[in-house]
Amino acid sequence: MQTQIGAPKQKLSFSDPKVRAWLFQIITIVAVVSLGWYLFNNTQTNLQHRGITSGFDFLERSAGFGIAQHLIDYTESDSYARVFVIGLLNTLLVTVIGVVLATLLGFIIGVARLSPNWMINKLATVYVEVFRNIPPLLQILFWYFAVFLTMPGPRASHNFGDTFFVSSRGLNMPAALAADGFWPFVVSVVVAIVAIVLMARWANKRFEATGVPFHKFWAGLALLIVIPALCALIFGAPLHWEMPKLQGFNFVGGWVLIPELLALTLALTVYTAAFIAEIVRSGIKSVSHGQTEAARSLGLRPGPTLRKVIIPQALRVIIPPLTSQYLNLAKNSSLAAGIGYPEMVSLFAGTVLNQTGQAIEVIAITMSVYLAISISISLLMNWYNKRIALIER
Amino acid sequence: MSTHTFKPDMPPPGKVFGPMAWMRANLFSSWLNTLLTLLAFYLIYLIVPPILHWAILDANWVGTTRADCTKEGACWVFIQQRFGQFMYGYYPGDLRWRVDLTVWLAIVGVAPLFVSRFPRKAVYGLSFLVLYPIIAYCLLHGGVFGLTNVATSQWGGLMLTLVIATVGIAGALPLGIVLALGRRSNMPAIRVVCVTFIEFWRGVPLITVLFMSSVMLPLFLPEGMGIDKLLRALIGVILFQSAYVAEVVRGGLQAIPKGQYEAAAAMGLGYWRSMGLVILPQALKLVIPGIVNTFIALFKDTSLVIIIGLFDLLNSVKQAAADPKWLGMATEGYVFAALVFWIFCFGMSRYSIHLEHKLDTGHKR
Repeated sequence: MQTQIGAPKQKLSFSDPKVRAWLFQIITIVAVVSLGWYLFNNTQTNLQHRGITSGFDFLERSAGFGIAQHLIDYTESDSYARVFVIGLLNTLLVTVIGVVLATLLGFIIGVARLSPNWMINKLATVYVEVFRNIPPLLQILFWYFAVFLTMPGPRASHNFGDTFFVSSRGLNMPAALAADGFWPFVVSVVVAIVAIVLMARWANKRFEATGVPFHKFWAGLALLIVIPALCALIFGAPLHWEMPKLQGFNFVGGWVLIPELLALTLALTVYTAAFIAEIVRSGIKSVSHGQTEAARSLGLRPGPTLRKVIIPQALRVIIPPLTSQYLNLAKNSSLAAGIGYPEMVSLFAGTVLNQTGQAIEVIAITMSVYLAISISISLLMNWYNKRIALIER
Repeated sequence: MSTHTFKPDMPPPGKVFGPMAWMRANLFSSWLNTLLTLLAFYLIYLIVPPILHWAILDANWVGTTRADCTKEGACWVFIQQRFGQFMYGYYPGDLRWRVDLTVWLAIVGVAPLFVSRFPRKAVYGLSFLVLYPIIAYCLLHGGVFGLTNVATSQWGGLMLTLVIATVGIAGALPLGIVLALGRRSNMPAIRVVCVTFIEFWRGVPLITVLFMSSVMLPLFLPEGMGIDKLLRALIGVILFQSAYVAEVVRGGLQAIPKGQYEAAAAMGLGYWRSMGLVILPQALKLVIPGIVNTFIALFKDTSLVIIIGLFDLLNSVKQAAADPKWLGMATEGYVFAALVFWIFCFGMSRYSIHLEHKLDTGHKR
């Protein structure tokens, strides 16, 4: 028997891993492409038989329906493209409000779960276990149908100091309108922020050179208050408030947050906060007790121990899962379709799809919007994560 | 000469045991803690008594119509009257024993798998996994063995929720494992296909997936091929869920030390046998808690089928609350649905934690 140990293989053989790899990949690509082609073909025939013309021309046409909440001007004669923008803005509004509130509430509850106080600890645990085990859509429907819609009408609304009114029409609150001093005020805030950045740089430099600490936080706070306050004294108040007034059966003036928006943000905040609380708790617990002891033995007081040793290390554990919670919140804002809050899915994939019948285009646009939001949030968070990540040897 | 005098005895230490000492340590250790404790008691005072009065003390338990609800609290009569609808949807009343039988078969069939000393668990489990879906389909759908056909449009309530969740996870598991293997593959084309697939489904909300499967799926199929509404939703759910399962399984695959892969290769095992005999059994064991967690998420997400008009538990409640005979019962309905969902999800999350402790054996150095 002759063997060819080490001899280069010339022939194409199925037992050669490289050949097999090529073969498998070619088969996969052919399968994917032919599946896509098959679906595309079917769709073409189906569309032809149903007499639907594909394309994005429909976006130019006039929509002809009213929208309950729009952040930019809108009339019924405006185009579907404008409807799309309104839906997108409403989605972003809910997402931003939800992210801010859920983070605040989540951090408070997460810290409360670690509290040595037994009562606070147990209350926080009950909160987390109750709210994360109930579907978000159910919570939205509950807040909307069982809480806000059963509230009394505007004439019997819950009155909070004659400025905030909660009724079945939503939350009426004073509107902030730009007054004479508005632009100078904006400029003064920018100036204050620049001053704070400069001050922090100077303080850091001095600290590294001499070791003398500087009260950056208090000095910054003082700058942030004093400069805009001086400006407001000189140029007059930046805003004037327009109070909501009961006239006839409804409120006039002021801003109104519609009950759909309230129910949605409330439910998403409460639901997401339960998850964020767990993330915060596990993040803080992941920093070993030795770190605290080491910091204390170096002579750090409890405050700086927390700020300079515990939190920076905990954040590394907290940030990645926190990102995915933010993404979930953005995606869960689509549950508004259940109560008809006019955001991307209920407005665009719901109403516009029904009116135009352009299923493929509408769904494709909607999905790409969410994909874009997901990808941009995760890119942003990856960048931040890289910045704070532990640099190991 | 001085005489030695003992110092006076120190006073005994304060109470270290007993309820008073416990309270001092855990509730009133500092003024801040005392304040927090009082705040907590105030919160409980604000929340608990009204709920207790509404749900139990002042609630209406007996009756048949809305007029029987005379007391101020909740009207549980509504739930009693509509219980059948909440559990079975519009499944014909005289055939509901078939649903019950399916559930009992599942419970009896799964029970041995939880007994750790049961012999031949793998064989039994596999045969159960193959046989049970067939039996369940025959029982629920009918049309064979002289069982009356019940169209899927009549399915509803908790039963539909469970059907979607279990079929969803059962379909998503194999697909997810294949995708996870594909994502870890050395072949660039396969990796790209899998990564695109996974990231696409993870980037969009389930609602848009359901919308897509309900309006676009009929367009994708050859002409004249109708497809059942429930089946459309199931396809959407499976595709969506498989991406999440794939990510969980990938986590498990990454946690297996490289030595295991190398050892399998050194034994002369090819790709499929090294995966099937060495890597996957270890990786899947690691990710069972993660899979239970994705199942909990899926169970909560099944409530979204309300958007495409399927009558799951939540939609049944919503429909019943809109009935003119029972106006104003929304709160009772949603609280009931929330309780059912909560019991399932909380139970499963406890089970997942229990599993995590039980399986936390290997791979510790």
